[in-house]
Amino acid sequence: MGWFSKSKGQLDPKTKKIEVPDGKWLKCPSCDEIIHIKTIEINSWVCPKCDYHIRIGSNDYIQILIDPKTFREINSSMKSADPLQFRDTKKYTDRIKSSIASTGLNDAVKTGIGEINGRKVAIGIMDFEFIGGSMGSVVGEKIARLIDKARDSKIPLIIISKSGGARMMEGAFSLMQMAKTSAKLAQLAKSKIPYLSILTDPTTGGTTASYAMLGDMNIAEPNALIGFAGPRVIKQTIGKDLPKGFQKSEFLEEHGFVDLIVDRRELKSKISTILDYLSDN
Amino acid sequence: MAKTILDFEKPIIELENKIEEMRQYQENLDIDEEVASLEKKVEDLKRSIYQNLTRWQRVQLARHSERPYTLDYITMMTEDFVELHGDRLYRDDKAIVGGFAKLNEQKVMIIGHQKGRDTKSNLYRNFGMPNPEGYRKALRLMKLAEKFNIPIVTMIDTPGAFPGLEAEENGQAEAIARNLFEMSQLTVPIIVVIIGEGASGGALGIGVGDRILMLENTWYSVISPESCSSILWRSWEFKEQAAEALKLTPTDLLSQGIIDRIVEEPLGGAHKNPKSMANTLKNVLLEEITELKKLPKDKLVNKRLEKFSDMGVFVE
Ligand SMILES: [Zn+2]
Repeated sequence: MGWFSKSKGQLDPKTKKIEVPDGKWLKCPSCDEIIHIKTIEINSWVCPKCDYHIRIGSNDYIQILIDPKTFREINSSMKSADPLQFRDTKKYTDRIKSSIASTGLNDAVKTGIGEINGRKVAIGIMDFEFIGGSMGSVVGEKIARLIDKARDSKIPLIIISKSGGARMMEGAFSLMQMAKTSAKLAQLAKSKIPYLSILTDPTTGGTTASYAMLGDMNIAEPNALIGFAGPRVIKQTIGKDLPKGFQKSEFLEEHGFVDLIVDRRELKSKISTILDYLSDN
Repeated sequence: MAKTILDFEKPIIELENKIEEMRQYQENLDIDEEVASLEKKVEDLKRSIYQNLTRWQRVQLARHSERPYTLDYITMMTEDFVELHGDRLYRDDKAIVGGFAKLNEQKVMIIGHQKGRDTKSNLYRNFGMPNPEGYRKALRLMKLAEKFNIPIVTMIDTPGAFPGLEAEENGQAEAIARNLFEMSQLTVPIIVVIIGEGASGGALGIGVGDRILMLENTWYSVISPESCSSILWRSWEFKEQAAEALKLTPTDLLSQGIIDRIVEEPLGGAHKNPKSMANTLKNVLLEEITELKKLPKDKLVNKRLEKFSDMGVFVE
């Protein structure tokens, strides 16, 4: 659960929000190229020079994947309660408030129904900017209801993960969301409704160890960090530097845990092709 | 191995030693009354200490190096244990043990994390931290139990799934996720008992069941107090506060609706009287299994799904 150390104080430099002063130019975190924001936006937020996939949020994915004007959000008003009255250096309720204010989101996942090249899908997209994309009761419940929706409406399910794992501030409640979402997916699988899991940078901890690894197909964006334990923890445990490319998408594909790696610019058409194979048989 | 004595155990042990000392002179002196009054004092002291443990002290007791582990319970509670090894894919993980056993006449599949007691056995057991093959072995055994209609008992006692290179290469996350997915649909009763530490996904990986029980001096949460402290307070020093904040004791989890039952331990903890602890647990397990066996399979699975679906607190 190393996500937290990264998101202290300022935003993760890997997210697109770090922009050059006038807000129209952006520096690629990988190759340092200064690129006009429009150029990179029409390129699905992928650096045109080095193909680096910039971290983006749920609204960007809706733009990229969902046919215009077809997305209808569900359970949008659901918010975190504070079941443990959790307090570390800050109150959890204050963290929630400030995250809502800074992101304009109510929690770390957006769920809804939309169309991909004319095909209706139930889609959930995680937002890393909201407390490290961590999964607490709200994320678990929204994913669970989305799965129910896919099952009831008999439409394919897609979940785009981007998460540091389970949310500490809800203690065991967060842990149980792993069981809840996985149990719902087992039910969905029995109904033979397709589920595509899209893993993006980063997907770790309890999110990987539940719905993100349970797709009929697990699809990763290139060079995404995907794992159970965070790299920092593993490094501490083994007392050595980690091998190059460790826990990256390509590493997971090599070891047999993702079916394919898809460039974000090809993602929509690839999803369509795959869903076509899984439907009307 | 040197006896582990926790800070809050010290005053009790001092008094107990004093009584022992006095007893040695008892034959020569008439001090029965004095001994009796000291004994009462120890009992009162124990009661007041163990009823008022902080959450962090509870965590320390859960980790006590003399506590019974899975194989100890199997030895003390069951007969005809047949240990089964390996995941049929890669190898045998020593951090998770399992096999057929009998609780009186009741056949069960018992699976649990296994810690070691000294350096050597801890290295052998990887400190009770499983690799993916451990979770896959557990699932294989659970499927076997399902095939022959045998109830499953899992015992949780882990500081977490192992965060190592090989564990990641072999899909630690996938192995845990797969278990959550599959356990939710197994058609035999599953009883989960937290017998020590229940740390995060490494615990939950064998923790989906119809009845979730915790022994009195155990903890269960999304993260250990130490790791929580290091991440949120940026220092290892705040483990006591982290333990308080995480609300990770059996009483906490019962009130959160996450567990179903707390199993009482002997005064001072399971390690003070392992036989009596095992006997209590055995009776509780038999009672729970008897109840669960009454449910038709589809109802059992539906209830399990509903149970986990209901977990979570949010506002709309
Ligand atoms: Zn670039």
